[in-house]
Amino acid sequence: MTEPPTRTPEEGGRKATATVTVPMIVAGVCLAIPFAAMLWVDSYSRLTPAFIGIPFFYWYQMLWVLISTLLTVVAYTIVRRHERLTRAREAGERS
Amino acid sequence: MKDGVNGVALAVFIFFFLVVTVMGFVASKWRRAENADSLDEWGLGGRSFGTWVTWFLLGGDLYTAYTFVAVPAAIYTGGAAGFFAVPYTILCYPLVFTFLPRLWSVSHKHGYVTSSDFVRGRFGSKGLSLALALTGILATMPYIALQLVGIQAVLDVLGVGGGSNWFMKDLPLLIAFGVLAAYTYSSGLRAPALIAFVKDALIYIVIIVAIIYIPIKLGGFDHIFGAAGDAFAVKNPETGKPRGSLVSGPDAQWAYATLALGSAMALFLYPHSVTAVLSSKGRNVIRRNTTILPLYSLMLGLLAMLGFMAIAAGIKVKNSQLAIPQLFEDMFPDWFTGVAFAAIGIGALVPAAIMSIAAANLFTRNIYKDFIRPDASPEHEAKVSKLASLLVKVGALVFVLTMDKTVAINFQLLGGIWILQTVPALVGGLFTRWFHRWALLGGWVAGMAYGTWRAYDTPSATQDHFGNTNLIPLIGEKGYIGLTAFVLNVIVVIVLTFALKTLGAPDGVDETKAADYTADAGDPGVREELPPATAGAPGGH
Repeated sequence: MTEPPTRTPEEGGRKATATVTVPMIVAGVCLAIPFAAMLWVDSYSRLTPAFIGIPFFYWYQMLWVLISTLLTVVAYTIVRRHERLTRAREAGERS
Repeated sequence: MKDGVNGVALAVFIFFFLVVTVMGFVASKWRRAENADSLDEWGLGGRSFGTWVTWFLLGGDLYTAYTFVAVPAAIYTGGAAGFFAVPYTILCYPLVFTFLPRLWSVSHKHGYVTSSDFVRGRFGSKGLSLALALTGILATMPYIALQLVGIQAVLDVLGVGGGSNWFMKDLPLLIAFGVLAAYTYSSGLRAPALIAFVKDALIYIVIIVAIIYIPIKLGGFDHIFGAAGDAFAVKNPETGKPRGSLVSGPDAQWAYATLALGSAMALFLYPHSVTAVLSSKGRNVIRRNTTILPLYSLMLGLLAMLGFMAIAAGIKVKNSQLAIPQLFEDMFPDWFTGVAFAAIGIGALVPAAIMSIAAANLFTRNIYKDFIRPDASPEHEAKVSKLASLLVKVGALVFVLTMDKTVAINFQLLGGIWILQTVPALVGGLFTRWFHRWALLGGWVAGMAYGTWRAYDTPSATQDHFGNTNLIPLIGEKGYIGLTAFVLNVIVVIVLTFALKTLGAPDGVDETKAADYTADAGDPGVREELPPATAGAPGGH
């Protein structure tokens, strides 16, 4: 709400290009999914089906380490692309 | 302990300890800049670490010896409840991905060494930055003490340090401590960064071997969980409650989820996490790390399984912290026990070094420079920080030697609650300047007071005080006290901000700009604003 009083032209440029795009929303959703999955404890608080003798409760949560990692990789790819595009556009505006 | 000194294991342990000691001293020459006398060099390793060094450093920093001993110990004691460490370390990375690159950018642009530096610059309030610095130091000290407790546990099971007089009893710990202090002093953050390679290699080997070898010896996971289920079902004759449970029961699920979420929010606000993050050389180094650090979480999950194995193997210890070291000694051949213990011991040295550096940086930048000697030069700052890191470690040692271990554990638990109270100023400040500085201070006071009081009032499994979950007001379920205190903190901050803005209370000066939060190395204006000592540092990959 309260922005610093003085604004450089460069900052104004950055602000204008920081638009919310569909890929950025997808990245946000990727980062949010693990919260829904892990905080809903009732969805995985059971013993079966077991995997090589390990109760569901344990192997399921460890599986989510891998799933959330993949989701983070997707988010990273999207965000990096977005930043590159933003930078390229700004460089274009400057020259 | 009972069958005397385990000679072979001890020899292997000492061998690895000597290796890392040499590495610790050699580290001062690793990636060294021309001008090494500044906090950026000593305290942040020249801000030059790439993806892999940062990965080892953060892994060595966050997954400590205490974690390796305490998580399986919690499983050994009560079952499923102790497994919250896994969702906790899953949830912290999406959070890190969102806010730490912003902290990295603004810190690089303005030369901030600590998170309190940022808060002072953002809100123009030395008082707020002091409050956060004190919170950080207070939360870190017992954490260092717990690392020493981890070394002690290993030495105990090895059979050394059991002498009759206090001096002989504590001598091994004193030696380990002296060596740690000496190389941290001379090499700064480079020492733990280099040693972390050995530590993590050892830990990975030990866990992979343990997770395959021990279940084979014990007759498979079916048998292990069967035995654990039976053991947890046994009711305590005093309370009439079972010892634990294999899954999180309906009345324990709020506690499970809030502990995971609250701990995840706090993890990367600890001073030692911030120090490791700021030592990396780019924004994307941090983002990439959120995709490779979960490998440690997977390892932590496997490690937690050792708690069940200790039950199935019939390990009976009075102090549950000794369960895993004892399991290793019973199961492994002597030489591999030595490797496993070396992994735990070195696993304590790495974080202890980083934590003492982080606490020292906070003291130097946000107490000494801000309040005592505002004109301190970079060389002087580095000198003060080196001395402060020694003091912090001596303090932790005194803590361990003079007080009961439970005191360190209690303070570490309080530390987590306290660190959570720095979220509004720190994380909030990274995204908005709307909060008023005095409101943030007010929220911090409310959260700290409420959290400490509730924790003190809550009985834990073993004593009358310092439990970490209690009834959440209005919701009526048991949840993590730190998270409840955090919600209270945020409410106070919002209400006070509205009030102060209405009254027209003076807002501090913000020295940062919106573009600073997305700046990356190599951007116009970023490279040349780096402190001079860093300019000469090699930027190797």
